[in-house]
Amino acid sequence: MIALNVNGVRHELDIEPETPLLWVLRDEIGLTGTKYGCGIAQCGACTVHVDDQPVRSCSLAVGDAAGTNITTIEGLSPDGSHPVQQAWIAEDVPQCGYCQSGQIMAAVAFLKAIPKPTDADIDENLTNICRCGTYSRVRAAIHRAAGQVQG
Amino acid sequence: MGHMRADDAGIARRDFLIATVTAAGGLAVGVSLPGIAGAVPLPGSPWSDDAAAAGEVNAWILIEPDDSVTIRVAKSEMGEGVLTSMPMIVAEELACDWSKVKSEYASANRNLRENGVYKQMLTGGSAAVRGSRTYLQQAGASARERLIAAAAKRWSVPASECQAANSKVTHAASGRSLNYGALAGDAAMVVLAVGPAIKTAEQFTLIGTPTARLDTKVKVTGQAVFGIDIQVPDMVYAAVVTCPVPGGTVNTYDDKAILKHRGVQAVVPLPTGVAVVADRFWRAQQAALALPITWDRGAGAGVNSAGIKEDYRAALSGPLENAIVTGDVATALAKGKLVDAVYEVPYLAHATMEPLNCTVHLQADRLDIWMGTQGPDMTAGMAAHLAGLKPNQVFVHNCFLGGGFGRRVINDELVQAITVAKAVGKPVKLLWTREEDMRHDRYRPQAAVSLTASLGPDGMPTAVHAKTAVGSIIRSLKPMFDMSGMMGKGVEPLAVEGLVNMPYAIPNVRVDAALKDTHVPVMFWRSVGSSQNAFAVESFIDELAYAAGQDPYKFRRKLLEGKPDFLKVLDTLAEKGNWSTPMPAGKGRGIAIHEAFGTIVGQIAEVAIDSAGKARCERVVVVVDCGHVVNPRNVEMQIESGVIYGLTAALYDEITVKDGAIEQGNFDSYQMVKLADAPKIETYLALSGGTKWGGIGEPGTPPIAPALCNAIFAATGKRVRSLPVRNTDLSRQV
Repeated sequence: MIALNVNGVRHELDIEPETPLLWVLRDEIGLTGTKYGCGIAQCGACTVHVDDQPVRSCSLAVGDAAGTNITTIEGLSPDGSHPVQQAWIAEDVPQCGYCQSGQIMAAVAFLKAIPKPTDADIDENLTNICRCGTYSRVRAAIHRAAGQVQG
Repeated sequence: MGHMRADDAGIARRDFLIATVTAAGGLAVGVSLPGIAGAVPLPGSPWSDDAAAAGEVNAWILIEPDDSVTIRVAKSEMGEGVLTSMPMIVAEELACDWSKVKSEYASANRNLRENGVYKQMLTGGSAAVRGSRTYLQQAGASARERLIAAAAKRWSVPASECQAANSKVTHAASGRSLNYGALAGDAAMVVLAVGPAIKTAEQFTLIGTPTARLDTKVKVTGQAVFGIDIQVPDMVYAAVVTCPVPGGTVNTYDDKAILKHRGVQAVVPLPTGVAVVADRFWRAQQAALALPITWDRGAGAGVNSAGIKEDYRAALSGPLENAIVTGDVATALAKGKLVDAVYEVPYLAHATMEPLNCTVHLQADRLDIWMGTQGPDMTAGMAAHLAGLKPNQVFVHNCFLGGGFGRRVINDELVQAITVAKAVGKPVKLLWTREEDMRHDRYRPQAAVSLTASLGPDGMPTAVHAKTAVGSIIRSLKPMFDMSGMMGKGVEPLAVEGLVNMPYAIPNVRVDAALKDTHVPVMFWRSVGSSQNAFAVESFIDELAYAAGQDPYKFRRKLLEGKPDFLKVLDTLAEKGNWSTPMPAGKGRGIAIHEAFGTIVGQIAEVAIDSAGKARCERVVVVVDCGHVVNPRNVEMQIESGVIYGLTAALYDEITVKDGAIEQGNFDSYQMVKLADAPKIETYLALSGGTKWGGIGEPGTPPIAPALCNAIFAATGKRVRSLPVRNTDLSRQV
């Protein structure tokens, strides 16, 4: 059995430890806000926080996540009120929306590390893929949320 | 447009006047006979619609006693904004409080049962607004007039003395007013004597206003339900492994080798591979990877990209089919200064962020399907055929689409899922891995396009001869979807769009085509034929301008004399894009203009070439004439999206073939533009109004490749005639 803390809830799971955390979140626990995009940590659609660090959950074995505190998009706020979610709404970022959970989770972790980033900081640190090309609005939303995310 | 009467647009009066009371006592307005609703509430559980449908009767609009308005959308939301723009069109006429509007999908099942109550449900060709605007306006206007009539009757005053606005009917003379919710029940009983008039563009108060999308909140909280998110009780998961060579089939496989793996339940043969079924997707996928399997690689086994490229080049000199001819091209080409060039583009994958997937629950007399599809009614028809059911026994619960771009018009994943469901007798979620999705796409066709022109003494072209060698989308799709009857006579329009409609005033023009297929399946890819043909034409016009010693903007301007819509876009573009301001060394500016899906888009791209020869697009200025705009905010978003989609392809991407198999499998080999290489994009409108209502989902894509390559030429003197750009060594030219 593997014990997993997700969004403050403890889960005991009978699961192969090599299973990627992504599939455990989605198919075992039913938290489907975290998305599968590539399976090889290229696109970032599966980004979650593991002990406050951004992690591409498709490439983290669940056995290695045991005992950590995991936050998914569903745990970011109960109602979409997190400053980064609010900035995303204000800037009308999502189009198809599929990658946006990962974009937001990556941005939250980024803003904790660099509360007031420059464009160069954004370019260097945020590498999530959006096939709808929402990048200019992602950038604007990050600047809008700058300084509002607690470290 | 003048005041259009409902019946002028071909909607039968009797259909237009039907109104019925909903289960909750509200007004439902539709353009068809009553029936059972099957709409999918979004983002809630999409499969609960049947339970919610008892007694409900409606088509487009529901007004409940609490004043809430539900507007049904018969298109698919894949990012292009239809769940907001279509309700805006209805609400404009309904004169309702926009803050009370909810939107949801219309039911494909109902569309089939009620003889097309929702008209054309396919989302494609940038046609959502263009194709459905009039009947949505009529549905909204009819509801408004009935609400007014209901209020007038209650007050015993003439309807002409009452006005509707902001979800309220008011009788100014007596100071009385009633909310829509209070009138809806009565209004449902009203039959109008005549179909109401539709607003003219000058009367719009909502259409044309920047409006936030209705689906944003559910997409920032993880609540939006995509096909991949569906969970049905007792369902199993299927992972597929199909022949690496398109068109190949399974030879042998050893299912005993994996049936003992934890959770694995079955291996189901498919026409082109197998599906491994397990209690969890990851277990199914791992077992699929471990399955010993051999292939009959089929007719494409020996094919390589170099050979395809040679074949397409050679086809330009072979037998060609004439698409259009104006004047005498051969004679004109025999005189003057000859310029010719061949442009080549590769196969491209759609690479939607959400890989293809489909969940089905097949029962003896009912089939439920959960997926993201661009044509839910077409999906239902195909599913009925595959499952041996009647179309009205099929319920497609369309989800949010994690990208479409044309890929989700044809549902290969549905065919597989039904096959598996028949074999295992349980609900099945079938999901393609990214690798499966990229290697078994239906691709943007590879093509070679040659252009030959002669320039007269004034430097202006007297003749252009365009030839394209490209695969036939219609033939490629025919086994799944026969659209040959929809295209009319002559050369397949999908192959020559962008060539046959060159806007320039050139007296002699000829367009020929060689439709040459390979084993690689091809299909619609955002902007379809314009995606390659605009690259060829707009690069070539640039080459002609330089050959004539003229400025590329002014050269285009001369060739567009007498076309005020094009000139307005072009002139606005030159101004906003600082065309006359020189660029520093190592940087360049390129211009392109193209009309597609009824919309003219001009773009100026600015590029910088670094010391290693890498091209970076820093800024793109876009000017759009789509005639009228429903939601300016969404137009900006779609243009930004179209630019990034086209830029990604132009800079980085090609699908290549080795020994018949697609080489790229994931985003490590099929690179995407990301934040660091996304340009600043500025969008401006230069609207011509009038009767033009152009599309917006696709027209932003075609101009970026030529604008980019023209900018690279301006910076380096190097003409990129073969995409993607990264295959051209630009380092020596800096």
